Amino acid sequence: MNATTSIAATALSTGATALSALKFITCGSVDDGKSTLIGRLLVDTKAVLQDHLAGVQRQGETDLALLTDGLSAEREQGITIDVAYRYFNTEDRKFIIGDAPGHEQYTRNMVTAASSADAAVVLVDATKLDWKNAALELLPQTRRHSLLCHLLRVPSIVFAINKLDAVEDSCLAFAHISAALNSFAAAAEIPVKAIVPISALKGWNVVEAGHSENPDWCNYTGPTLLQILEQLPSTPAEVEQPFAFPVQWVEKFSASSDTSQGRRVFWGRVATGQVAVGQEIRILPSGQTATVAQVLDHARNPKNVLAGNSAGITLDREVDVSRGDWLLAPGQFEASREISATVAWMDDEPLVAGRVYWALHGHRWVKAKVKRIVHKLDINTLAEEDATELPPNAIGHVELALQEAIATRPYTQSRSLGALVLVDTASHKTSAAVLVR
Amino acid sequence: MNSQANPHHLSNTHLDALEEETIFILREVAAVFERPTLLFSGGKDSLVLLKCAEKAFGAKNVATGSGGIPYPLLMIDTGHNFHEVTDFRDFRAQELGAELIVRNVEDSMKRGTVRLAHPGESRNVHQSVTLLEAIEEFRFDALIGGARRDEEKARAKERIFSHRDSFGQWQPKAQRPELWTLFNTRLQPGEHFRVFPISNWTELDVWQYIEREKIALPSLYYTHKREVVERKGLLVPVTELTPLKAGETAELRDVRFRTVGDITCTCPVDSFAATAADIVIETLAADVSERGATRMDDKTSEASMEKRKKDGYF
Repeated sequence: MNATTSIAATALSTGATALSALKFITCGSVDDGKSTLIGRLLVDTKAVLQDHLAGVQRQGETDLALLTDGLSAEREQGITIDVAYRYFNTEDRKFIIGDAPGHEQYTRNMVTAASSADAAVVLVDATKLDWKNAALELLPQTRRHSLLCHLLRVPSIVFAINKLDAVEDSCLAFAHISAALNSFAAAAEIPVKAIVPISALKGWNVVEAGHSENPDWCNYTGPTLLQILEQLPSTPAEVEQPFAFPVQWVEKFSASSDTSQGRRVFWGRVATGQVAVGQEIRILPSGQTATVAQVLDHARNPKNVLAGNSAGITLDREVDVSRGDWLLAPGQFEASREISATVAWMDDEPLVAGRVYWALHGHRWVKAKVKRIVHKLDINTLAEEDATELPPNAIGHVELALQEAIATRPYTQSRSLGALVLVDTASHKTSAAVLVR
Repeated sequence: MNSQANPHHLSNTHLDALEEETIFILREVAAVFERPTLLFSGGKDSLVLLKCAEKAFGAKNVATGSGGIPYPLLMIDTGHNFHEVTDFRDFRAQELGAELIVRNVEDSMKRGTVRLAHPGESRNVHQSVTLLEAIEEFRFDALIGGARRDEEKARAKERIFSHRDSFGQWQPKAQRPELWTLFNTRLQPGEHFRVFPISNWTELDVWQYIEREKIALPSLYYTHKREVVERKGLLVPVTELTPLKAGETAELRDVRFRTVGDITCTCPVDSFAATAADIVIETLAADVSERGATRMDDKTSEASMEKRKKDGYF
């Protein structure tokens, strides 16, 4: 057992903190060193095991990028095609990396990874920028990835300026690029958690601080990237909002004569707010009301349940409730058959106005017709343009007409009530991520 | 339990989240599919799955027939499994009142749908054929399995709800995006889903959960004395199916299995770990992966798992 693992073993068995795992994604374009950064995090935290490391030796050198590209097509082409999930832990925390591809043609995979991330590390390649210029321009990819993460409400965004070992004056480059990132983020209203100089290739400031000959490399004395990640919050559950609960599964006790516990339990995950015995609820779409008779937690113990967790709910009366229905706090939600939304288009076929799709909201499927494409967004600036169709990987504003009314909230207020997916009725492909406006 | 008395504060927060996610997925399968089944081998990952299913669905009430896991358990048996594991599988299924379906690779061999290249060939890879035959026989539309993304690079790419075409094939380039927790589970006739509720668990998480929940396992997982022979850095158990070769001598060593599967391709590791807590410490210190230390069949090529999954393997 080496020193690091024995420390980790001690911390895990004594328990130093109670932070939940951090799910983060890495963004950056093809050669910005994304796979190398992930490889570096995994190797320097001792998460890569000997047999996996042996698999990525090429002519005696370790190619960190090869650790993450798992499909044969990816190794053939030297690029990342699909999202992969990686796991590592330090003494303080467990981490899940959503490793999303950088190519513009795989925007859908980045959107997928960002939809459930707590944080995003946006990689900036210093060598591709005019770093001597105090008024340098950022690359479109940097703007695009940051804007997408912000649009999807990834709670924490961190910029990692990479390859600073490969520029002549790393201090000047770090200062100029940081300034450009700060002014871009301010203009786009993106809150930035940190900007950190790194060399993923050499391992500087990723897990280990600075490097031996130059402890305050780039005049940076802040925490390493890993130390920053260790402290970032997980996505807070939407507890403060009114109660909303999509019914996932109805457990029937048809053979039981015991009705005192309620004849049916409605299971699902509390989307927002919380649920307790005695609470009044309204059922959508039927509009009936009832009182909560019993609440079970995810493992069937009686308990009040907060947003983000599974609950089993029984009601005080026999009412018609099935999978896909919503139990809601009365008077708090308006249901509508019209939705204005931002869509990230994922299908290989373009989106054309007039087509009908399936829409999934919570556990409810309804037919949705695209009435109008309002705008297509310039993916690099989020500026609005006129458009008659949305090509694959485009983002735009649309108006949807629904077959039945659903209760939503704007995505900026609620990630769970404001999100839908569209599914092609013929191919069954997931065609779009929908963010309610 | 107060937090000071709790020796696993960090892992508990994380384990609770993993358990929650797994239960959510198990219920989703129960709600959405008409003929789901849970792949149950008696191994540690499937025992963890079963524990979560027990929490999700409660115990079966024998008097009323209500409650219990709302889908049958399915085992594809190569006929080369350790009896300690299959005995445990039968015991656990009976204890839960769950229906257990076993389908045998040997029956596929009798039917002629499985042909071995030579009599000593591992039957492990041929499980795919028997599995696809069982899917057709029972018209299963969802098969829940205990695979984890940390096991292997191709698995790291796979969705939790993994769509399979009518030949049971995985198409890695045409995977459905998995956004938020909105799972697109729509199927065309003849297609099915493979569902992996413990995708996000690591080997360490599994052992911490086994320790916390006091999950009983087949004895092979803990240290025991066994006759083994070293081949290409692996410890090969000396059994009727894997006998000594000419010139080899068996050694009696203290070993345990990190993974249990087909006898012809599963190897133990040196270990004195007698409890789940011992194994948690060993897992933290391990410098070889679960598969790297124990599987003879994964080493053939860099893409062997990906290739097998495209052919319908779990």
